[in-house]
Amino acid sequence: MSSELRYTANTQLEHLHARYTGTGHADLTKYEWLTHQHRDTLASIVGHPPLASYLAIADGEAIGRVKFEMTERMLQPCGPPPTKDD
Amino acid sequence: MASPRSPRLVDSFTAPKEILQEFADMAEEEDVDPFAETASKRQIASRESDYHNRRFRRTGHESADAFKAAEEGTEVEGGYQDAMRLQRLEKEEERVRRIIEDKEKEAREEGNEKMDLDKTPPREEIIEAVKDIAAASGAKRKRRWDVEESDDKVKVEPKGEWSKEALEEAAPKKRRSRWDATPADVAETPKRSRWDQVPVVQDVPMTPIIMNAPGFMQEDKHNRYLTDEELDAILPSSGYIIVTPPPGYAPLVRPPKLSAPSITEVGGFQIQESSDAAAAAAAAGLAPELPTEIPGVGSLAFFKAEDAQYFAKILKEEDETELSVDEMKERKIMRLLLKIKNGTPPVRKTALRQITDKAREFGAGPLFDKILPLLMERTLEDQERHLLVKVIDRVLYKLDDLVRPYVHKILVVIEPLLIDEDYYARVEGREIISNLSKAAGLAHMISTMRPDIDHADEYVRNTTARAFSVVASALGIPSLLPFLKAVCRSKKSWQARHTGIRIVQQIAIMMGCAVLPHLRNLVDCIAHGLQDEQQKVRTMTALGLAALAEAAAPYGIESFDNVLKPLWVGIRLHRGKSLAAFLKAIGFILPLMDPEYVSYYIKEVTIILIREFQTSDEEMKKIVLKVVQQCAATEGVTPQYIKQDILPDFFKAFWVRRMALDRRNYRQVVETTVELAQKAGVAEIVGRIVNELKDEAEPYRKMVMETITKVVASLGASDIDERLEVRLVDGIIYSFQEQTTEDQVMLDGFGTVVNALGIRVKPYLTQIVSTILWRLNNKSAKVRQQAADLTTRLAVVIKQCGEDQLLSKLGLVLFEQLGEEYPDTLGSIIAAEGAIANVVGMTQMNPPVKDLLPRMTPILRNRHEKVQEATINLIGRIADRGAEFVPAREWMRICFELLDLLKAHKKGIRRAAVNSFGYIAKSLGPQDVLQVLLTNLRVQERQSRVCSTVAIAIVAETCGPFTCIPAILNEYRTAELNVRTGCLKALTFVFEYVGPQSAYYADSVVTMLEDALTDRDLVHRQTASVIVKHLALGVAGLGCEDSMLHLMNLVWPNCFETSPHVIGAVMDAIEAMRVTLGPGVLLSYILQGLFHPARKVREVYWRIYNSLYLGASDALVPFYPDLGELSEGQNVFDRHPLQMFI
Repeated sequence: MSSELRYTANTQLEHLHARYTGTGHADLTKYEWLTHQHRDTLASIVGHPPLASYLAIADGEAIGRVKFEMTERMLQPCGPPPTKDD
Repeated sequence: MASPRSPRLVDSFTAPKEILQEFADMAEEEDVDPFAETASKRQIASRESDYHNRRFRRTGHESADAFKAAEEGTEVEGGYQDAMRLQRLEKEEERVRRIIEDKEKEAREEGNEKMDLDKTPPREEIIEAVKDIAAASGAKRKRRWDVEESDDKVKVEPKGEWSKEALEEAAPKKRRSRWDATPADVAETPKRSRWDQVPVVQDVPMTPIIMNAPGFMQEDKHNRYLTDEELDAILPSSGYIIVTPPPGYAPLVRPPKLSAPSITEVGGFQIQESSDAAAAAAAAGLAPELPTEIPGVGSLAFFKAEDAQYFAKILKEEDETELSVDEMKERKIMRLLLKIKNGTPPVRKTALRQITDKAREFGAGPLFDKILPLLMERTLEDQERHLLVKVIDRVLYKLDDLVRPYVHKILVVIEPLLIDEDYYARVEGREIISNLSKAAGLAHMISTMRPDIDHADEYVRNTTARAFSVVASALGIPSLLPFLKAVCRSKKSWQARHTGIRIVQQIAIMMGCAVLPHLRNLVDCIAHGLQDEQQKVRTMTALGLAALAEAAAPYGIESFDNVLKPLWVGIRLHRGKSLAAFLKAIGFILPLMDPEYVSYYIKEVTIILIREFQTSDEEMKKIVLKVVQQCAATEGVTPQYIKQDILPDFFKAFWVRRMALDRRNYRQVVETTVELAQKAGVAEIVGRIVNELKDEAEPYRKMVMETITKVVASLGASDIDERLEVRLVDGIIYSFQEQTTEDQVMLDGFGTVVNALGIRVKPYLTQIVSTILWRLNNKSAKVRQQAADLTTRLAVVIKQCGEDQLLSKLGLVLFEQLGEEYPDTLGSIIAAEGAIANVVGMTQMNPPVKDLLPRMTPILRNRHEKVQEATINLIGRIADRGAEFVPAREWMRICFELLDLLKAHKKGIRRAAVNSFGYIAKSLGPQDVLQVLLTNLRVQERQSRVCSTVAIAIVAETCGPFTCIPAILNEYRTAELNVRTGCLKALTFVFEYVGPQSAYYADSVVTMLEDALTDRDLVHRQTASVIVKHLALGVAGLGCEDSMLHLMNLVWPNCFETSPHVIGAVMDAIEAMRVTLGPGVLLSYILQGLFHPARKVREVYWRIYNSLYLGASDALVPFYPDLGELSEGQNVFDRHPLQMFI
């Protein structure tokens, strides 16, 4: 029973997690984690109209433009990935 | 016996039982294998029919890879041309053989009639024969049939094997063994048994892919005689002497030393090339012990004698340096195969992976040369076959087009799987063939299988057709269509057309509605077959159309336009089998038609159907019934038409006693009649058969009853007028009373009809109840049980009719019957009492509840499940509705008895018992019941404790948590581990059931949870985590954050637990905390370890982070730490949009 569960329940949980973007693992780098955070933040702004209109007022832009810019910025929100040094 | 001129008459009588039995025995004897008893029943070959075993006759040949040849510009042998030539040769051979057989038969018939061995020969003949034998064998004793068998066979000439001597030798035996029966059969029928095949096989120019030596494999090592050496080894050297056999003793069976060489002589069999004595002994099954430890393979799960012959080469130690590369490869493959076939699961797994990885390295040839013979082994078992098929499947993927030369060989082995009885074997076979066709390509598959399409043997054509349908489903119907068209129009042989049409049929059966896009093409492909000059082709075409129509239903009628006319004309032209097939096709096409046109077609076919109602052919009867059913189900046919044109003849032909005798006919007739009733109405059908309820044949009455039940159940009884009602109820009561075997059918019928009639049965109730009362006192337990069951079903209706008097009478009689000793009957009686109590209510119940309940208490101790369930249901009902009628002391007594029921196997009983605790606690107050349950936590049995905890929770739910939680907390202070765990468990259920109410109790259980969560015992922490989970979810948003945060601090360190149940519970508790405390708080816990230097820590924290993230990713945005200071170079980590403000 226990060995069976060890092989199913928890590994299954990890597999399930791995299927979604934004989840992490023990070897995740700082850059990757922060990129996810930034994307979540941007998506949250686009998805919450009050937040988007707040930013639009602060920026003096149209709400549509703010949303557009946020969406655009989701591509590499923290700049290009750092070169790997191994 | 009827005269030969009136075959009809013969059909209407059945042969005497003993004759049928004799035929059955003969049929059995014919393919009996004298060694089968020792062989395991798991062997596939041993449980298959003769037809299935025809696969052993097939040979596979290499099919050249034309594509490769074209690429390399070389000519290869064994191409399509060669295959066709071989196939023609085979056909010719078959033809010649048949002519020779016919001639022999003729000669025999003319020559000596006395060879008719079905008759007992006259006495003088027997004596003469015995003398002959004595003279021929030179011994006094009759030879045993199994002694010299191998010699016999070797000596026998291919054609003279059933020579006169052999026949006469066998004749005088009293027992009808196959040795005296088969010769005549074999000579006269084309069917050939295995024993006479060996010589024939030798003549075949090709080498069969595996040579099965009959009799050899079955040599039983367990029953052989011990040799002198073995006896020496077993017995002590002193104290024993070897006694000389008495003079005149002739051994009954030859000692094995002499039989061993004769075995190796069996025709056509090579055991092994090497002369290694040990391997030879092992192969012959004579080695004292079969090895389970093979050099280079390790230990195996099992090793069969038959395996030795295939794996002889790796059974002995060899000097590997002397072997060539190919030989090494061969041995490597053999080792891997042996591991896969006979190894333990882990061994098998690694070996399977190795053979898959190295498949291309080994090459198709060496691999299949080893695998395929194993699959044709007669003693193969399901598991072995499954594994070997799996190997082929894996290897196929890797080999891809390298497999081409072996396609035919593989097909020969795999095709039989397609007609296996086992569903999974069929699926496996399909899978392999579909992979094979994807690997080899359509062109190669066609060129390989084309020669088998008009093979002389029907078995080969059948399996080939099925294989082709798999190819079609794998590569798409359109790609195969041109080929199919050509085959179905073949001018050369009707066999090809037959097989082509069968392929289409199989495609339809296998692919179902997926044939719709190609329906017209497929129909056109086979349409002309309806007018074929060969009857078999016409029949198959009709069957193919039936399959297509069935697959396409309810669409696609337009595709069948072309065949409608030939089909409807055909039913007037044909008789017998082909008519049956045509009718079948029509039956499946009718439901596709437009309602406007369908009535015309139905009228046309009805004439034929009605004519065929008279048929004596069982198959035809079935099909006619099916078609009538399909006709009745179509929208276009009017009730009027059915009533006038179909019903009279239908009832005349099928509603006769004889139909009730055969199970399949019975079912078909009932189904069809119910379908007709949907159109014709209840009154029409029931009116026609209701008188038969008083028929003298019981099976027939049952058939009538079942039909009435089904009709009334689906259509109700409102159509039934008063006169019919009288006849119906009368008939039902009669047939119920007259039944000799108590049957569910009668019971269901009675219940259904009475419930459908409802208040209209009132006038008959007195009669019905007196029947029940009378039967309740019957001396047969079954009858009493049935009467009680009937009461259960009728209780509601009796109440509806206002006959409370009758109910109370029944209740009293049932009460008196509670001393019943047969548990099944007792269960029914209690259930009936329960049903009555249910409808009359506790206050009006007679006997009064206060008398009834004490009577139930001792019955609770009955161990029978049915009794337990009925009792607990009744008691639960009384506790729920009328607890006040019973003194508290009685309830307490019942509480103690109920504890025993918590051990019951059936979940329903346990659940009912636990619920009863709730009802009792509600009426008595929780204190006493709770005390009983808490004390029960001390018992040994886990299941009993678990159920007690559930019961405690239910008491808490029904009487309010405040009544129970103090008692539980108090009980938790006991030093006993089981009790503490039980208390915790009970709390988990309490908090699960009470939900938001737990907000009032959160603070009171915190100290106990502190204790439990800091306990050394894992289970304590686990259960406490579960409590925390339910608590946290219950109090979410109710202002208990302070105590929850405290609990969170206690739960959190447990996140490093590894035991699966514990970590599961802890993770759940943390998840629940996310809901109560909010994701921000949780994130601050998690951030501590996300980038911890130790990987083990990081892994755990990331797992928790992931669940948190999936649960509340959007809500986390404001809580992410500001990491702008980590920015370096191009990477800026500031979240600028969040830094804006107005």
